Amino acid sequence: MVDQRRDAGSELEGVLEADAGEGYGNVKGRTQREIIWRRFRRHRLALAGGGVLVLLYIAAVVTPWIAPYGYAQIDFTTLNQPPSLRHLMGTDRLGRDELTRVMYGGRISLALGLAVGAFSTLIGATVGIFSGHYGRSIDVATMGFVDFMLTLPFLPLLLVAGKIFQFTPVTIIVALVLLLWPRMARLVRGQVLAVREQEYVVAARAIGVSNIKIMLRHILPNVVGVMVVEATLIVALAILVESAISYLGLGIQPPTPSWGNLLQDARTTMTQQWWLALFPGLMIVITALCVNFLGDGLRDALDPKAVE
Amino acid sequence: MLEVNNLKTHFKTHDGVVKAVDGVSFSLEPGETMGIVGESGSGKSVTALSIMQLNPKPPAEYPEGEIIFEDQNLLETSDKRLQEIRGNDIAMIFQDPMTSLNPVFTVGNQIREAIRIHQNLSKGEAQEKTIQVLRDVGIANPERRAKEYPHQFSGGMRQRAMIAMGLSCNPKVLIADEPTTALDVTIQAQILELMVELQEKYGTAIIMITHDLGVVSQLADKVMVMYAGRAVEQATTDEVFYDPLMPYSWSLLRSLPRLDTAGEVRLLPIEGTPPSLIFLPEGCNFSPRCPFVKDECHETDPALEEKKPAHTAACILSIEEIEKNKHRVDEELGVET
Amino acid sequence: MFAYIIRRTFFSVVVLFFSSVVIFGLVAMGPDPLTELKLNPRVTQADVERITAAYGLDQPLPVQYGIWIRDIVLHGDFGESFKQNTSVNSIIVIRIWPTILLMGSSLIVTVLIAIPFGIYSAIKKYSALDNAGTFLSFVGYSMPTFWLGLILQLVLGVYLTSWAGYRIFFISGMSSANGAGPVDLLQHLALPVITLSVISVAEFSRFQRSAMLDVLTSDYLRTARAKGLSQRVVYLKHALRNALLPTVTLVALSIGLIFGGAVITETVFAWPGLGFLLFDSLNKGDFNVARALLLIGAALVVFCNLLADIAYSFVDPRVRYE
Repeated sequence: MVDQRRDAGSELEGVLEADAGEGYGNVKGRTQREIIWRRFRRHRLALAGGGVLVLLYIAAVVTPWIAPYGYAQIDFTTLNQPPSLRHLMGTDRLGRDELTRVMYGGRISLALGLAVGAFSTLIGATVGIFSGHYGRSIDVATMGFVDFMLTLPFLPLLLVAGKIFQFTPVTIIVALVLLLWPRMARLVRGQVLAVREQEYVVAARAIGVSNIKIMLRHILPNVVGVMVVEATLIVALAILVESAISYLGLGIQPPTPSWGNLLQDARTTMTQQWWLALFPGLMIVITALCVNFLGDGLRDALDPKAVE
Repeated sequence: MLEVNNLKTHFKTHDGVVKAVDGVSFSLEPGETMGIVGESGSGKSVTALSIMQLNPKPPAEYPEGEIIFEDQNLLETSDKRLQEIRGNDIAMIFQDPMTSLNPVFTVGNQIREAIRIHQNLSKGEAQEKTIQVLRDVGIANPERRAKEYPHQFSGGMRQRAMIAMGLSCNPKVLIADEPTTALDVTIQAQILELMVELQEKYGTAIIMITHDLGVVSQLADKVMVMYAGRAVEQATTDEVFYDPLMPYSWSLLRSLPRLDTAGEVRLLPIEGTPPSLIFLPEGCNFSPRCPFVKDECHETDPALEEKKPAHTAACILSIEEIEKNKHRVDEELGVET
Repeated sequence: MFAYIIRRTFFSVVVLFFSSVVIFGLVAMGPDPLTELKLNPRVTQADVERITAAYGLDQPLPVQYGIWIRDIVLHGDFGESFKQNTSVNSIIVIRIWPTILLMGSSLIVTVLIAIPFGIYSAIKKYSALDNAGTFLSFVGYSMPTFWLGLILQLVLGVYLTSWAGYRIFFISGMSSANGAGPVDLLQHLALPVITLSVISVAEFSRFQRSAMLDVLTSDYLRTARAKGLSQRVVYLKHALRNALLPTVTLVALSIGLIFGGAVITETVFAWPGLGFLLFDSLNKGDFNVARALLLIGAALVVFCNLLADIAYSFVDPRVRYE
């Protein structure tokens, strides 16, 4: 039989659907992983976003070693200076180097985003998979609870909580995870429902595979796609929300730095010291943007129905 | 009335040019029924869409050929004129009636729309016509049904409604793209009977596209078998069924289970998979899978030749060679000759 | 269909009930509302005891919750602000209209911009405008609302004014000291509305684009073309109806989120609405007001979700005739 090169990814929207379907056969020239990676690579913004994020996280980890000055290093001779070669992001009203402060603030914000993303995903996905798989009363009860949590006014609640319990980085992570895991749960559960109607799951159950095994081996791999994408959204959201409530003084409290509370200082002084308002905020935007690009690239790469 | 000459429909994609239709010719007389048969990917739907010029223009192009309908080449007709022809002179119905009907408009609304674009009737007259055509396709209670939405119809009824919509302006040609594939077998039979009835009543020519040979045998006067974007055999239905001269057509027939020979005769599955329409095999497109293949098949790309009067096939084997091969395989399968 | 509406309404009430319990519980973990009163030297122990008894503050929490809810449901009375020595209602009432104005304007602006843009982007997929729009959308919802507000205040408020020589946009408050008029109101409203809308516009336009894309690849559009309809009619009549359906739900569901954004925007721009009031009362430690605002926020979300469900069932015939 003549060997024929076939491109697994090329399909034409709509027109050839009726003809193309099984017509091209299912000979995979590449493994699933290769296909996903190839499609991800095409998405240049996602690559750039991912790359920048890696750099940011590396910088956050090595900040203590590479920061030009100390975080609380006060220097009365360099008060309120605009950006210069010695102080790339300028200085604040106590002569502290803004770049250093932004770097240290980044450590908190970035770590926080990641932690919230990870834990929300862990809890939310577990709940979602269990709820979707076991179905019936467990599902109804769980989803009722999830829906309820999704109707709570997110930000106002956080603000009030922030006032009552002074937030530390750890407690803020807990609070954010508490409010964000339902999103993941709902999404994952929806996906589980879609997957379990698939024949291979029904087949596995018919053979008598244990529930846990089914969940791990059959359902989880197919749910990972939406999970990963939603996780990136949650990370971005966490960073944005934390900065908002920290800015309002109800989140992470000084002296612990975060991009949000760095901007708090800027509020009153920004007309004179624009750099204090610009840089921390810019970092937030860049980080969130990269995370969102990454998520978008992942969504396109992992979507089995995507059309080129 | 309708003449297609060497139609080529190519799609430009990232990975290359997909030759979905690569030189297809046929003609259709008023009142005739032609069946286009082939596997998924053979190009039959694209051919139909090409006649209606419904292929999305950016990727689709028509490098060669012509489609002559009533002295006009549809490949060169203006959009405005095409809109007048669609639905009015040439109508098309599609495979899945659930997704082919707009879910937010009533069925009556959608049929009325088809009527009012092409005919100068008042709203009331169009409504009457709608109800009448719904009755024609065998939908009980048409006045009430016209006010309902597609999701309130059963599968078979939806297809009837689509047929009603297609025939509402009394077109000269009705193209039916796998109209029964999405339906239960019993409903399939009803729909086919309906189409035969309507054809007698309205005198419409029908192009029936399907992969189901049973459907073809019931309805079609003549058949065109397609493979990898080309017509590989064309003849009357009887000829193709009783004396196929192209190994592909013959293999299709031998791959069908039959009640009368069940248990006695083995089936002949066609090995392999259809080729990619970007990278076609050397020589004959079917050679990698052909049960009668010889060495020369990998070198020459056969064109449609008239093997018998009004019976063309694209195969380099002579009639004798084909007969010999058929006998040989039939013996292995246990088919009585 | 009435059964559907009644069922949904019932669930909404239940959800609101649970929300109120959570809200009440959260605030109950806060400091004693009478702290300041007790510290005031002019207030006697007898007064404190009298007030405590009168407002049921010595009762167990569930009873206090019951009193709170009863007053709200039966009398629309949100209680007393001990911090500011007046009823919560009187504090809240004057702030309602500014927030409605802000959120309403933002919603209108968002819908007018995002929906046509989303539809256009889908039709001209991958065109320069579509790609630019997509990129801008990403930037839009990666931007912290408060920071955007700050930057707009700086650039369009301070810098623009000094460059132009006169004030075009106001950066704080709802009206100028020396007389308000419609133009003055607009000058104050502009920046807050822009700030609040950016994220919504970004989100809605992406969503609408995606919804429109789904519709554009559907079979019934092909059928419509096959009937001989012009491209324009196919888009405007057949595609649009279907593409707008999910957006109806999105808009209604987003109102809850816009409220959260309003809290921040109002605070940044000192816009005298409920959002700023929340921040203000938290700063003052006036939890009774904060609690009332939380409940209003929750009620808003629940109500809008209900509205979304009902509106959708009207608009989508598939839901209507179940």
